[in-house]
Amino acid sequence: MSEKKITSEALTIGEVHSSLREGHTTATALAEAHLAAIATHDGEIGSFLTVTRERALAKAAQIDRLVEKGDPLPPLAGVPVGIKDVLMTAGERTTAGSKFLDKFVAPYDATSVARLEAAGAVCLGKLNCDEFAMGSSNENSAFYPVHNPRDTTRVPGGSSGGSAASVAAGFAVATLGSDTGGSIRQPASFCGVVGVLPTYGRVSRYGLIAFASSLDHVGPLANTVEDAATVLEVISGRDPLDSTSVAAPVPNFAAECGREVKGLRVGLPKEYFAPGLDDETRAAIERQVDGLRAAGCEIVEITLPHTEYAIPVYYIVATAEASANLARFDGVRYTSRSAQVKTLADMYRKSRDEGFGAEVKRRILLGTYVLSAGYYDAYYRKAQQVRALLLRDFQQAFTQVDAIVTPVTPTPAFKLGEKTGDPMEMYLSDIYTVTANLVGVPGISLPCGNNQQGLPLGIQVLGKHFDEATVLRLASAIERQQK
Amino acid sequence: MKVTEKDVTYVADLANLELTPDESQRMVADLNSILGHMDQLNRLDTSGVEPLAELVSSFAPKGGEDFAYAQRADEVRPGLSREAALANAPDTDGTCFRVPKVIER
Repeated sequence: MSEKKITSEALTIGEVHSSLREGHTTATALAEAHLAAIATHDGEIGSFLTVTRERALAKAAQIDRLVEKGDPLPPLAGVPVGIKDVLMTAGERTTAGSKFLDKFVAPYDATSVARLEAAGAVCLGKLNCDEFAMGSSNENSAFYPVHNPRDTTRVPGGSSGGSAASVAAGFAVATLGSDTGGSIRQPASFCGVVGVLPTYGRVSRYGLIAFASSLDHVGPLANTVEDAATVLEVISGRDPLDSTSVAAPVPNFAAECGREVKGLRVGLPKEYFAPGLDDETRAAIERQVDGLRAAGCEIVEITLPHTEYAIPVYYIVATAEASANLARFDGVRYTSRSAQVKTLADMYRKSRDEGFGAEVKRRILLGTYVLSAGYYDAYYRKAQQVRALLLRDFQQAFTQVDAIVTPVTPTPAFKLGEKTGDPMEMYLSDIYTVTANLVGVPGISLPCGNNQQGLPLGIQVLGKHFDEATVLRLASAIERQQK
Repeated sequence: MKVTEKDVTYVADLANLELTPDESQRMVADLNSILGHMDQLNRLDTSGVEPLAELVSSFAPKGGEDFAYAQRADEVRPGLSREAALANAPDTDGTCFRVPKVIER
């Protein structure tokens, strides 16, 4: 096993802030150091698809002028970040990991990106991902797979594999990812970093290339719970450009880190600890739960009885929405058109055939099938009904507990190529993450130790709608008790 | 319910996808495996359950009333410029997207 980490001690946002303030470094020097690390070491990891050097250095220079003048620094001043390549960055190549968009240059910024940069973040580039965010291993990138920095023979998880791997490798202090069925939390778990799924409606989706609109979330990845909380606060809040974003007040999330957890009621859903869960993962989570109990949490066994139906519901709803969303890639507007076309129908078909990879085609076909006449009621409507039952499960559970603790994945990171033969086997590995997307609750994945092979293990905390505060408070306690 | 190659061809046609014979065979196998798994939903009685098609109003404090702000005033606002909208197009005439001829004469 070869481990790639460029910095012996990963930087935190707080450390960037104080070293800029105290003059130990400049934003420009920090950006240059990270860009150099990417140039030297990312060949083996493959986490970046595009490096945005000029954009980074222009922003860094702007931050250095603020420091020189002694002006107050915004919360992410000089913090080197990376952006999953499903989020638009004005004037920069934005591919969604697809050959279809190989030459696409985004005409505007995603709101989450604009907010990060307005808060002083230095954007180093665009991060590799599964094509259109469809995958659990990053092996569906049309360009190259990402390797897990903790063991380069293994996958980093997906679909935000580049977002997790670049933080784990020390290429970026924080990154943005997107999570439709686990795509932030599962790679965070595989790479040993922190990833947050915000409540549906908390973070604007404007400028996110849509996969499944009722399930898509934008969220942060970072090395610590506090850093993830700081980034989350920056990107949260109502955006008039996304009518599903919600005008709920945004609390000071970072202030939740370090708060007492005494008296919190923590639920353990028995369905999430059923056979099929890796033994070492189970033991690692039990150790953290013991720690929470010792810290004064009340641990309650709960039931989420419809859990076993979550995967079928998810893959019906997600593919149905994807088949509609991806209809826009037709050879007219977005860079790619087959050279072999004579008629309009030809243009649609051949452009889509040449532009999409196998998994994207599979999901479009499946989604079209479950929506087609004769099957709509049996699959799509049925799935939406069971989705309502899943929401009821959570509403019921949250009358008994303040938060829920579960595994993130059934096993730690698997090997590249291990699951590419059977799509259903890959889908089943999303069992512990898809439900949060189906019901819209917030969650976090954070490390809880390593297994005997040295691979990171993860733990998930889920909370009530718009109660990221409690999720972060508990996660921070779990992080602390490991020190 | 078993998906046949004819079904796959029909659905591919609906989705404007062109599949090679190899791809098409692989999709028959994959769809059958995936749909087989999905059929377990039929074990559940869902009669009388309202389908959940939209999430936000289901956890809105006042049944959706709080989201009145999600409707914007009907007024003209600046959008993407024509130039920016056309910039990524494979073919334009400078003012419109250009596509292969639709109507033969």
